[in-house]
Amino acid sequence: MKYLYFPGCSAEATGRAYDASARACAAALDIELVDLEDWNCCGSTSYFSIRELESFGVSARNLAIAQEMGGMDLIATCNACYTILAKTNRYFMDDPTLHEEINEALAAAGRRYDGNVRVRHLLDVIVNDLGLEAVSARVRRRLSKLRVACYYGCQLSRPMGTFDDPEFPVTMDQLVEAVGGEPIDYPVKTKCCGGMLMLTQEDAALKLCHEVLQGAAQKGADVIITACPLCEMNVEAYQPMVNKAYGTDFHIPVMYFTQLLGVALGIDDRTLELDKQLVPVGGVLAKVPV
Amino acid sequence: MVELETTEGVRQLHKIFLDDVYGIPGGEKIKLCQQCGTCTGSCPTSYLMDYGPREVIAFFRAGMIEQVVKSNTIWLCTSCYYCTVRCPAGIKITDIMYELKRLAIKYESWPDESKNPAMSKIFIDYVEKYGRNYELGLMAKFTLTQKLSLGWKFKNLGLKLFTSGRLPVKPHSIKGRDELTKIVDVLASKEVAQ
Repeated sequence: MKYLYFPGCSAEATGRAYDASARACAAALDIELVDLEDWNCCGSTSYFSIRELESFGVSARNLAIAQEMGGMDLIATCNACYTILAKTNRYFMDDPTLHEEINEALAAAGRRYDGNVRVRHLLDVIVNDLGLEAVSARVRRRLSKLRVACYYGCQLSRPMGTFDDPEFPVTMDQLVEAVGGEPIDYPVKTKCCGGMLMLTQEDAALKLCHEVLQGAAQKGADVIITACPLCEMNVEAYQPMVNKAYGTDFHIPVMYFTQLLGVALGIDDRTLELDKQLVPVGGVLAKVPV
Repeated sequence: MVELETTEGVRQLHKIFLDDVYGIPGGEKIKLCQQCGTCTGSCPTSYLMDYGPREVIAFFRAGMIEQVVKSNTIWLCTSCYYCTVRCPAGIKITDIMYELKRLAIKYESWPDESKNPAMSKIFIDYVEKYGRNYELGLMAKFTLTQKLSLGWKFKNLGLKLFTSGRLPVKPHSIKGRDELTKIVDVLASKEVAQ
């Protein structure tokens, strides 16, 4: 199975362990990832919401490059990259005026796009293309008895709901089960983490993070896993600030879903960059029989 | 530039807004709003908003759009899309919030306490300059120019991220920066023409 891979800007900074573990898991699962050449920022919510037309063009440059590279499915790992690229793709096809405008802009840059590239999330590819049985067959270290809170956040299944339910997604839970873990009942799994409000209005964002952490703590989760670098950052890095604001004492390990999957697949800690987590994950690993 | 303080200005703003919303695929569904409040009830930050999303549509219908454009509402939207997927009339409320953000930026009209416009501007500048986001630059520039208090609050976190190698000092640049400039220029000229 061969795919184009869109790492996204976080992959080079705060989310570098997501990128490293995603690549390692893909290799272990015989999913071939070819990096999208000279990719640029997807546009992100901050750009998209302020300068829509320009942002569609910026986003579409990636789709045009994907087309030039053979038009295989384009995989994103970040929820926001996934939604922005997919939304550009959909509006590009639904709106003939936009279609023309984007291609006029791409032409100025010597490119063109026809709308045939599918944008996918890595979670979707692993669960629906490869399949849970195939994943299960490759497990070398079953996560038996590990209680996992699967945190999906917003932009994985909303607004499109392409591969999972917008209100009650289950894909990540199924993946955890397939590798022997125990996904907890987690009603806040699609609540917002606060996103970029963490910088501009942190009281609002801390309240949302508190709900996500409280939900996991109440059900005795050993670890929270995420499918988005911003969710991971907010829920993990701001625990000290949540504790200060709400008088709590959370020290809940948070991992990218690819890091936990990597542990189950027998990939070593260094490759998965487990030491990059701010809340140490040693306790999680100690619970899993080698 | 439309003057928001005049009746004629507000009328023009109303028209621009409606034209733009109708330009969103499926945008005309805004006419189907039955004021049920599912959007406001689903919104994770509506408790902080001057007007919830339901009221935004009510204000617009009452011809009072300038109050919405000036409100803190649109800057508290986290883009979680709960309102959009739950709206029984299929109104793309998140997209409407984006449209209102664009109008507010265009008319330089936002509440003093909203720092989002400034943050978005810094973000866009980096993307247009390098082709990618520059996380350390974004955090540092935003803190220094907009919210010095963040520097103190986030000092431990910043240090932890830095020492764990999660905040590289240098930005990553793409090769096709001139391509991006051309794409942005062509589309920016169309936006002005509209």
